[in-house]
Amino acid sequence: MAELLHTRGLSRHFKVGGTFSGKRLHAVDDVDLTINTREIVALVGESGSGKSTIARLLARVYKPTAGEIIYQGRSLETLRHRKDLLAYRGDVPMVFQDPFSSLNPAYRVKHGILRGLVLHRPDLNAAQRHAEAVRVVDAVGLHPAADILERFPYQLSGGQRQRIGFAQALAYRPKLIIADEPVSMLDVSIRIGLLNVMAALREDEGVSILYITHDIASARYLSDRIAVMYGGHIVETGPTEAVLSDPKHPYTQLLLSAVPDPRAPLNTEAIADRGEPPRVVDPAPGCRFRARCPLAIERCGVQTPVLRELGPAHHAACHVAVAEDLSRA
Amino acid sequence: MTALLTTGPAATVEPAARRRGGGILHSVLRNRKALTGLVLFVIFVVLAAVPQLFTSVADPNKLAFAPALPPSGEHLLGTTALGQDIWAQLVYGTRQSLVIALVAGFFATVLSVLVGVSAAYLGGLADEILSMITNVFLIIPTFPLIIILATYAGKGTLMVVLIVLVITGWSYGANQLRAQALSLRNRDFLESARVRGERSSYIIVAEMLPTMTSLIVANFLGAALYSVLTAAGLQFLGLGDPNSISWGTMLYWSQNQQALQSGMPLWSIAPGLCVAALGVSFALLNYAFDEISNPALRPVRRRRDRRIASPA
Amino acid sequence: MTDESPALLSIRGLRVEYATADDPVIAVDDVSFDVGKGEFVGVVGESGCGKSTMLFALARLLSPPAEITGGSVEFRGENLVTMTEKQLNVLRWRDFSVVMQSAMNALNPVASIGAQFADAIAAHAKYSKAQVAERSVEVLRLVGIDPIHLKSYPHQLSGGMRQRAMIAMALLFTPDLVIMDEPTSALDVVAQRALMIQIRELQARLGFAVIFVTHDMSLVSHFSDQLLVMYAGQVVEAGPTRTVFDDPAHPYSRGLLDAFPSIRGPRVPLTGIPGSPPDLARPPIGCRFEPRCPVAVADCATTRPALYSVGPARSRCLLNAPASDTASTLASPREETQHG
Repeated sequence: MAELLHTRGLSRHFKVGGTFSGKRLHAVDDVDLTINTREIVALVGESGSGKSTIARLLARVYKPTAGEIIYQGRSLETLRHRKDLLAYRGDVPMVFQDPFSSLNPAYRVKHGILRGLVLHRPDLNAAQRHAEAVRVVDAVGLHPAADILERFPYQLSGGQRQRIGFAQALAYRPKLIIADEPVSMLDVSIRIGLLNVMAALREDEGVSILYITHDIASARYLSDRIAVMYGGHIVETGPTEAVLSDPKHPYTQLLLSAVPDPRAPLNTEAIADRGEPPRVVDPAPGCRFRARCPLAIERCGVQTPVLRELGPAHHAACHVAVAEDLSRA
Repeated sequence: MTALLTTGPAATVEPAARRRGGGILHSVLRNRKALTGLVLFVIFVVLAAVPQLFTSVADPNKLAFAPALPPSGEHLLGTTALGQDIWAQLVYGTRQSLVIALVAGFFATVLSVLVGVSAAYLGGLADEILSMITNVFLIIPTFPLIIILATYAGKGTLMVVLIVLVITGWSYGANQLRAQALSLRNRDFLESARVRGERSSYIIVAEMLPTMTSLIVANFLGAALYSVLTAAGLQFLGLGDPNSISWGTMLYWSQNQQALQSGMPLWSIAPGLCVAALGVSFALLNYAFDEISNPALRPVRRRRDRRIASPA
Repeated sequence: MTDESPALLSIRGLRVEYATADDPVIAVDDVSFDVGKGEFVGVVGESGCGKSTMLFALARLLSPPAEITGGSVEFRGENLVTMTEKQLNVLRWRDFSVVMQSAMNALNPVASIGAQFADAIAAHAKYSKAQVAERSVEVLRLVGIDPIHLKSYPHQLSGGMRQRAMIAMALLFTPDLVIMDEPTSALDVVAQRALMIQIRELQARLGFAVIFVTHDMSLVSHFSDQLLVMYAGQVVEAGPTRTVFDDPAHPYSRGLLDAFPSIRGPRVPLTGIPGSPPDLARPPIGCRFEPRCPVAVADCATTRPALYSVGPARSRCLLNAPASDTASTLASPREETQHG
């Protein structure tokens, strides 16, 4: 397993509050994220945590305000020619959240797949493109593939449309698929099917996936490693089982305690936290979770914590967590 | 919350009746408004295409008959003060009115689409500039502008009328299309095309426009309606070519000769009714198109609130 | 449902149809259940199962082309289905109220919270200004919002607060029944949990019953007394929540429960329920779940199952039918009509 992509100090800010205001919304701040080959990394966070912005930064929809993205050893800043950028887009496609608007309703579903092939695999002729389209639709579990290609989006269910989204991405022979909440808008009984498709893509096609979600349970089901985001920062990252069985960051602990598990009795001791994730506008230094954190100390309001290694490949950005770990040693 | 339940189909392919092309004709035939509008329109098209089938008069402008004749078997609507057959003029006049409506409507729509959709998609400074231009044209009082332009151009030929109509008729549609394009701009399938690496020009033309066809067609019908009425007005004022044969010119001459007061009311009324009828056909088609493409607008038949007796 | 006290709400054979150009679509088919005083009833199901339609039918909030075409909804002995709008308005908000799915859509964006409370009160009672103010402050305190927010506009509140404001509005007259349509779906998981705990606390304090519609089964697992599972317009399983969770009788409920990956315990591969719900314009002749059912038998495709008793619960599955030939249904009786 080798490194495929990593970000260093990645940040993205947006102007808010009118044309002349100087306020900046810090959607993503100082993110260091690594994705290896043949790996599924889950990026978990609530709405407003910045996870969708990271998806768009990696997909080159936005340019970073600061920091860089290193792909296969080269910074994305060096991609100047349209050809290079196109090659990157072919390697790192994106799958969207909303099955009802991710396919153009005016065309049959093969349109997106074929256009993608025209752009990213120009070596194929028309017949080869069609064959490839059939192959990828088949690979995502839609049968009979040739029939499905001829349908219009309104003739497919939400789950089927999301699979087409993955087929589109697969047609590029990608290295990394960025999946932005691909199952959030699907019925629960359908989600597992799609998650299994994603796992199969990693196995059979050797593709890495960045799985962005707010649902920790599905993140656990699918991913090898997990990164937890809060207020634009990554607060914890590590192997999925390690992070979920021994969460170091208080926010991760809060998230885990709030996930309803019908098989377990209700944890009445968990704090009924009333807070909401912040909208980070022109933030002061310090931990962004401190307002809701039961363990906050004075240092938390003054110095922004950075990710520190607290276990094998397990990092958390918390001043208090460090102290806890030392005491446990 | 009264969203209708739609569910995924089984693996069988949908029956042919649901396919797009056949669907539109079917919907039109079932919708009363559409049918009426379509029938009216077809009548006018036939009149314009083969006027000779409907009147034996070859040159309606020729002063061939006795003036001011009342309606009779020979002259269905009588004759004008100058001795022309009114019915023949009406029939032959259809062509020019229809041509004006369709051609001016078409070009005005093309301009609306170009300006409106580009403004929405490009955003930023381009959007600001294009919107400003649109709004300037929108606010300018149309009729004074028309009169000025037409007078400036000299004797109004058909070309002048068309140009004037296009210049004054595109801005309203441009705003509408811009609004719809803006709402589409962040739809995932457009972002998907961007992320795929498509060029902006491709996205606008091949991804955006096909999803806006119903609004574009509606715009066209609206522009055609506007052109019909405004052209008639222009010609009535004498700003058209008074020697041409059209309904508007008939109105000009009949007013000129004081037809209503002189006992030749049909000379004024007939072309007026035709203008209205053509306008109505476009308006009906416009409503109907809205209803067909947006099921939420379809009239719902309210059932009487039935009293349900509880089971024993 | 206890036999000691009469049920607060008693629904029998409720049926809702949507008029279409062709045959009407039956969106809710023969739904029957009871809600006791102070009970929390969860109604779960996926998109298209009819749960929201049923909820709106209960509250008589349906508009054409949707229409109640059968059954009764007895609220404290009176049938809501046969009431006129005038009669309903007497009951609305005072005896039962509704909390909508998305507070941002349900709240008026150009009116302050206080003004909307005042509107709601004025629509159903004559309070003096002082009384309105007093009651508004009271309900906001009940849900844990600082009364200063009476002057706030909806966009100034966070998502969780907006939802709680909606609940406060529903409690203005301390009704006996509050109907909630997916009130937590726009919230993050932490806020969801806080809201559920809050609702339960309010119930304990004020004694109202709740009908809670959601697509998230696990959400209600710890909070509801009774659970209804709906599929394709029908109730497929109903019973005490713990019973349904610990030992689901209907294959759909089983499949649904299994479709939630666990965050504790071993990681196991799951299958979910492949396929899609049936097209209700052309419903299957037999059991509606049969095309997707992992344990279907031959009869399932041709026989329409009724609700059969399974211990304290009921399940609409032939495999739960009593062994006798004349399948005597111990649940609510209804006419067996054949649909073409």
